[in-house]
Amino acid sequence: MEWLTEFPDLGTSTLRNIRLTVDGAFRDFTRAYGESIELLFEPVKWFLINSENFMTDMPWPLILGIVAVLVWIASRSWKITLSSVVVLIVIGLFGMWEDTMKTIAMTFVATVLAIIFGIPIGIGMSRSNRVQSVVNPILDIMQTMPSFVYLIPVIMLFGIGKVPGLIAVIIYAIPPIIRLTNLGIRLVDKDVLEAADAFGSSSWQRLKNVQMPLALPTIMAGINQTIMMALAMVVVASMVGVQGLGQQVLRAINNQYFTLGVLNGLAIVGVAIIFDRASQAYGQRLQRHTEVVHG
Amino acid sequence: MAEQHTGIGISIKNLYKIFGSNPEAYIDAVKGGMTKTELNEKHNHVLGLKDINIDMPGGSIQVVMGLSGSGKSTLIRHINRLIDPTAGEVIVGDEDVVKMNETELREFRRHRTAMVFQKFALLPHRTVLENTVYGLEIQGVPREEQEKHARRWISRVGLDGFEDNYPNQLSGGMQQRVGLARALTNDAPILLMDEAFSALDPLIRMDMQSVLLDLQKEIRKTVVFITHDLDEALRLGDRIAILRDGEVVQQGTKQEIVLRPADEYISSFVREVNRGRVISVDMVMTPLSGEPQGMPIRSGTVLEVSAKKMTDSNASFAHVTDADGKPIGALDIQEVISAMVTPVDHETAA
Repeated sequence: MEWLTEFPDLGTSTLRNIRLTVDGAFRDFTRAYGESIELLFEPVKWFLINSENFMTDMPWPLILGIVAVLVWIASRSWKITLSSVVVLIVIGLFGMWEDTMKTIAMTFVATVLAIIFGIPIGIGMSRSNRVQSVVNPILDIMQTMPSFVYLIPVIMLFGIGKVPGLIAVIIYAIPPIIRLTNLGIRLVDKDVLEAADAFGSSSWQRLKNVQMPLALPTIMAGINQTIMMALAMVVVASMVGVQGLGQQVLRAINNQYFTLGVLNGLAIVGVAIIFDRASQAYGQRLQRHTEVVHG
Repeated sequence: MAEQHTGIGISIKNLYKIFGSNPEAYIDAVKGGMTKTELNEKHNHVLGLKDINIDMPGGSIQVVMGLSGSGKSTLIRHINRLIDPTAGEVIVGDEDVVKMNETELREFRRHRTAMVFQKFALLPHRTVLENTVYGLEIQGVPREEQEKHARRWISRVGLDGFEDNYPNQLSGGMQQRVGLARALTNDAPILLMDEAFSALDPLIRMDMQSVLLDLQKEIRKTVVFITHDLDEALRLGDRIAILRDGEVVQQGTKQEIVLRPADEYISSFVREVNRGRVISVDMVMTPLSGEPQGMPIRSGTVLEVSAKKMTDSNASFAHVTDADGKPIGALDIQEVISAMVTPVDHETAA
């Protein structure tokens, strides 16, 4: 009866051979193409380093001013603008200014890249059911696969540093924007699309004039989610060498510094709330035309 | 842009539309006489349109009438090919829409047709003005010129002062005026109206019908108007085609349809019609024998008006004159009145 209690697996030696073959092949791949792939990511690295330098070199009052102006432009709300400035001042008072700036830079770069790649992929998905059926399971994997697992090949390729951290953050944060771009475009009213066709819109005009504007509130919700998920990843990213608030949290975990952990954790929460309120208020303002309904 | 289109005629020939996964496989069977029910039950395909033949002369209003499911909305979408036919021809001017490639079709839609929709289908994120310029915008007309034409038509449909409002700040009737202005700004010779006024309140609907008839005197476009409402059909249509289950059951002028309904289905429709306001004296006059008698009545006058004129002046006879005042037929008050009354066979046909 042993064959019932023991699952008939492939056998230790077969499994070891599989592992060795795959690992070996990937290691060869890394040796052969690692440098050229690293070169490919040079612009991303440049973008990330410059954003970080910008945030950390800029005098702090100027940063406060820039944040206040940006939040005001997005939300048009004194309450949100004022709270954002207060949150940043408190963070600064507790000595976390530099780390916070690095984290904001990282989140900003990850979000921009997620938008640049995510929206076109979402548009592609919305246009073809076949593309959708291919991309959807990939997104499922990206969202559920433990991030440490896909960090292994990334580290093998790039070593420890900013770029592998950024890639990990983007892999985790990009699915919502892709999904919601796809959903938003698919939900656009068929009658309005038919009207656009009847007037002879080309497919680009249809996308630009009808689909994107009408899907924009949904896409904004996706961007909001992407920002939140990028922030949630900064601790994991710090494990492969990304500096910022996450690194301090990691230090606190390793050394059991309770206060350090809580303070840096709260700073992440504070930054998240600023991003969230500002981007949500912006999304709401985009839908202003739907608010005034004829009585 | 000039309005005086002499009008482009539309001619639909042997048009078939089968909905389903493989329509081409059944087209020959349908042409050979397979019924809609048989096609649906045995092969799970729906026969949308069957052997449609309609000639729409340029510059006039052609109404296509039918109840829901009769295929009327499917039919109008074949004219600008929002729906591809399974078989048949749609000749507009001297081109077959069915044979156009994608680029030709896009140009055709931009310059030859404009469409008004039952549910308005305005762009909710654009103001009235931005909606109205849409057709010209995608044609690449300079912005200044777009706005010039758009403002003129916005004003013409009575929406002065609403240029910067968003569609859902407007009532249904006003939204459809935007839809109409958007279509007219396109300045295409063909205007397709898919149940354009069906979603409106009865009074506003009457109002919009008047707007359309007034405009049509000036623009003389080829209008294809879809409706399920016979009163609307009779009010607007120069010619009417009646559709049932994807087939044309009768077509002709409104008087031909009211006076000589082709079958009981149409009889049941026209029973409720106020015949005195639809039928003109031309339909009941007899050829002149000898000198014209009684008072003159202009050709095209409806029975109700002529009966009133004749009874007011106590005349039992009158003669019909053409536009130049030349007598063309004789009129007897008895015939006028009997034509106004609903015939008994229509009453009992129900």
